[in-house]
Amino acid sequence: MSLADLWSILPQTLLEGLLLGFVYAMIALGYTMVYGVLELINFAHSEIFMIGGVAGLEVFRYLSNGKGLEVHNPFLLLFLALVVGGGVAGLVAVLVERLAYRPLRKRGTINRLVPLITAIGVSFLLQDLVRAIEALWHNEFFLRYPTYPLLEKTFFLPLGMTIQTKAILVIVIAVLMLLGLNYLVNHTKLGRAIRAVAQDMNTAALMGINPDAIISRTFLIGGSLGGVAGVLFGLMYTVISPYSGFLPGIKAFTAAVLGGIGNIPGAVLGGLVLGQLETVGGTYLSFLTAGNFGSEYASVLAFLTLILILLFRPQGLLGQNVGEKV
Amino acid sequence: MNTNALVVVLVAAIGGAWSLLAPDNALASLLLLVATGLAVTLRGVPRAVQSLTFVALTFLFTLVLRREPALNLVFFNPAFYGLLAVLLSSLLQPIPRWIKLLLSVSILFVSVPLVGFSNPFLFELGIQVGIFAALALGLNVVVGLAGLLDLGFAAFFAIGAYTWGIFGSGDPDGKYQSQASKFIHWFPVSGLDGNLLYLFIGIAIITAAITGVLIGLPALRLRGDYLAIVTLGLGEVVRVLANNLDHPLNITNGPQGITPVHRPSVDWLNSFTNFLGVEKVYGRPLDAAMTYNLFFYLLVLVVIGIVIIVNVRLSNSRFGRAWVAIREDEVAAKTMGIPLLWTKLLAFATGAAFSGTMGAVYAAKQTFVNPESFTLVQSIFFLAMVILGGMGSIGGAVVGAAAVTLLNLDILKNLSDYLNDMRQAGVTFLGYNFANLPSQLEPAKYERLVFGLILILMMIFRPEGLIPEKRHRLELEKE
Amino acid sequence: MRKTLLVVIGMLALGIASAQSNVIKIATVSPLSGGQAVLGEAIKLGAQLAIEEAQAKFKAMGFDLQLTPQDDQATPDVGVAVAKRIVNDPDLLGVVGHLNSGVAIPSSEVYKETNLAMVSPANTNPRVTDRGYLNVNRICGRDDVQGPVGADYAVKTLKKKRLFVIHDKTAYGQGLAEAFAARAKELGSSVVAFVGTEEASNFQPLILQMRALKPDLVYYGGIYDKGGVLLKQMRERGVVATFMGGDGLDSSDFVRIAGKAAIGSLYTSTAGPADLFPKAAAFAKNYKAKFGKNVESYSIYAYDAANVLLSALEAAIKANGGKKPTREAVSKAVREVKMDGLTGRIEFDNKGDRTLSDYYVFYMKTDSYPGVVQKVIQFAPPKR
Repeated sequence: MSLADLWSILPQTLLEGLLLGFVYAMIALGYTMVYGVLELINFAHSEIFMIGGVAGLEVFRYLSNGKGLEVHNPFLLLFLALVVGGGVAGLVAVLVERLAYRPLRKRGTINRLVPLITAIGVSFLLQDLVRAIEALWHNEFFLRYPTYPLLEKTFFLPLGMTIQTKAILVIVIAVLMLLGLNYLVNHTKLGRAIRAVAQDMNTAALMGINPDAIISRTFLIGGSLGGVAGVLFGLMYTVISPYSGFLPGIKAFTAAVLGGIGNIPGAVLGGLVLGQLETVGGTYLSFLTAGNFGSEYASVLAFLTLILILLFRPQGLLGQNVGEKV
Repeated sequence: MNTNALVVVLVAAIGGAWSLLAPDNALASLLLLVATGLAVTLRGVPRAVQSLTFVALTFLFTLVLRREPALNLVFFNPAFYGLLAVLLSSLLQPIPRWIKLLLSVSILFVSVPLVGFSNPFLFELGIQVGIFAALALGLNVVVGLAGLLDLGFAAFFAIGAYTWGIFGSGDPDGKYQSQASKFIHWFPVSGLDGNLLYLFIGIAIITAAITGVLIGLPALRLRGDYLAIVTLGLGEVVRVLANNLDHPLNITNGPQGITPVHRPSVDWLNSFTNFLGVEKVYGRPLDAAMTYNLFFYLLVLVVIGIVIIVNVRLSNSRFGRAWVAIREDEVAAKTMGIPLLWTKLLAFATGAAFSGTMGAVYAAKQTFVNPESFTLVQSIFFLAMVILGGMGSIGGAVVGAAAVTLLNLDILKNLSDYLNDMRQAGVTFLGYNFANLPSQLEPAKYERLVFGLILILMMIFRPEGLIPEKRHRLELEKE
Repeated sequence: MRKTLLVVIGMLALGIASAQSNVIKIATVSPLSGGQAVLGEAIKLGAQLAIEEAQAKFKAMGFDLQLTPQDDQATPDVGVAVAKRIVNDPDLLGVVGHLNSGVAIPSSEVYKETNLAMVSPANTNPRVTDRGYLNVNRICGRDDVQGPVGADYAVKTLKKKRLFVIHDKTAYGQGLAEAFAARAKELGSSVVAFVGTEEASNFQPLILQMRALKPDLVYYGGIYDKGGVLLKQMRERGVVATFMGGDGLDSSDFVRIAGKAAIGSLYTSTAGPADLFPKAAAFAKNYKAKFGKNVESYSIYAYDAANVLLSALEAAIKANGGKKPTREAVSKAVREVKMDGLTGRIEFDNKGDRTLSDYYVFYMKTDSYPGVVQKVIQFAPPKR
């Protein structure tokens, strides 16, 4: 292997990193939005992501099983899967908020760790609940996304890069969703209300905003984004199981913190940075260290970078340095 | 004598007589458990009556467990949990101090070992509860007292375990060389003598505390939830290192784990138990496995005792008050002249030291160290123990650890065994035949689900924890 | 208050199972929850089938044969605690388990204390039996045999020169991959990379490395749930190197996940194909009919493991004059078992390994499971 070989795979490495980054970014948005309004690390968001992936798969399965309604166009199928995956995930997120988090808020618990433990409980519960449902329904819970030649078609790009239709779709859909979210948050009434609640819930309530309704909608939006990301993740990486939300969830949470938690553009940037770090690190570490420290250390590299960045910018890459409320 | 006292005594007496006549009937023990509950919940029961009831119940539960060690009522052993309930309520109730002491010593040092000889699983439960209680106490200093959210606490546990595992591994026959000799060429192949564990418990305190400081130095400059993700990350880093440092230098043996890890010699304990005449209780001289059960049970108790004493002293000291001050209001604490970084570092190092200690004990107890014991999920479980028990409260940490451990290792497993029995026997309940239960709904598969549900419900209905911290209780009463 | 209490007591009373003394229990201990539950469940179901088939026979001998499935959550701590819990049940006379060698090694220390027979369907790590315990046996092969068998085939038959070896960072996968790499080097091929990864879904960093290193064979030491995904992504990115793995890939799900990409891949296994073993075909049919899913290799191993225990039990009961035998007697009887299982002739050596196992090299000619047997290699475990 020569140096030229190492250079030759660099463009493709960056492209793969970008793809992963967009998926992380979309999940990270769910964390960051919920954190923005509630200051809660919503551990259950990784399960919301997984539920989106599973629900999207059900659409593929149902609409191509040869019984009843059948859709042959894979693009249409994917569109429907995205809508259903996003919708179901959003609804589950709202339900979780309604049933598990809101009662805590109404009691006015002082301790911020209490909702965190609840979130962990919800996470355990959802994993095995999805498993029970899938196991009873299809007698399996280790699910595989279908493949369609149209979606798998490979295009050759300059610099020796290759990209598949589905990868292009992932980028396009992710960018569209992010732009849409940006518009929603910054240019609509709902967006203004969300920002108001994030800034100061009590004052927002005095201004005639119903915080509960806004929080519900925040969960809906963040959850749907996570659900859409789940479908895209399944499409890209083939399998999804009730337990496959956990790791991407942790990574996306890291991305959200990296970008500055509570900050929406920050989550996107954090996701993209983390995607590159993992892919580039995972690919090149073993070459650079002569095989002594290989891909296994990609996550170590990511976390160490995070710490380094936080040491110099404690509020994350794009987070605003808000003085502590005294 | 009021009516409530009469009720308690009556229930206890009926339960006692019944359980003496039919110790194999779990309902008798359940009645005794009810008596314990009544003695605590009913108002106006005189202390003397309470104390006497507790003493009598201890005696009765021990007797029942000796006769019927595997007593089981649906999903729990009423006599064993009865014993725990008596221990807990005697500690929490305002009864004379000497009775508290008498009861806890006799339950912990007489009843449990006596029962453990006929049912070694109870020893195992005791040991695991003890180990996790020490960890919860360590985390309690960090999260509960100083208010620093640490999601990577398993790392310190790992450091302790590997400290002993690496140097104390090996095989006397030289079949498996010690882990340390794989990267230190002059190190004895058979590893260090098991008795050096006591020394290494001390060393583990130091290595874990140093790791705590190393992790803390960058992490503790950050506030709130940033700290959470950084500790989570560094915890993962420690685990990844444990999982991968089998090359270029084989330090941890990677995913294969280290085995066998040495244990101290227990001849002294054996001669002591022989001297006490324990073999008469056991039916034959104690075998090595049983002696080790007893040994680790006692060792864990001693370590826990020390940890609790240190914890109590610390939390009432200058540092303890400084930690609480930081937890309540960092800015105010700083203006009062508390050096933030050093105080936080001290909390981190203390917590780490506690769990390092238990790490070393754990390695010897399991005779096996493997990276899978130190995952993020494990760290989350530790956190759940502290919060469930009641943040900042020492009793809470112990009770939380006990609750989570017993739930996971005993109660939920019993419940799924029970449902499985019903399924195999084809029991019909409310018109539903359990034999038809599809294998997808095998109860054993859903233990985590039930655990998650319990966490959610606990947080909704008792967010302050099982045993809330005194300071908090005072605050709540004022409001 | 008191009323509810009475109701509760009444309900609990309904549930008390009365103790029977002529019950014999066999436990399966495997992960039933968490990420590896699919495999753990295969073990449970395989053993369940064997036990349900034998229930009538044991009834005739006067025993009520029962299965008690346990969840070790794939973690050593829970495994040890479960082991300590179940050894207390005097009716329990045998264990089928575990899935992970990392769990089996410390747990079997517990079984050893009471000489409780454990027959492992899946623990291929050499150390499981190398400790020489009377009660520990395994149906499956050993990493230090299976890996070299694969390497022999890859280097000698397929003439592969540049090998890219991946493992999943478990005791099983790493042991297998190391044994493969060592033997391949001995035979003169070069191992261009030896990497471990815990990743389950995104294998792009490894695939990019392959693109730079251009191996002609990729060996995967690990389970199909990740191996299948890896293979599919390799092919999507145009990596054409031959794909090979151990018995962890021996599953219909491997093909289901990898799809068309599975064509041309190879795996080694000790479980013979159904067309060579007529009994295996019948088993597969019963399994499908009862549980509605396809047989996994682990369910075949578990079925054999349970049958070994059952035939040992039968022998021990006879030797004991029709009474319930001791655990030690069962453990000794397991070592004496000589039977034909789904995986061929089963006899144990003094360590608990099978005296002679057939190792099959399978080739995926089409994308339907199982593959075609290319080669059968008979191998005895290494003597120590």
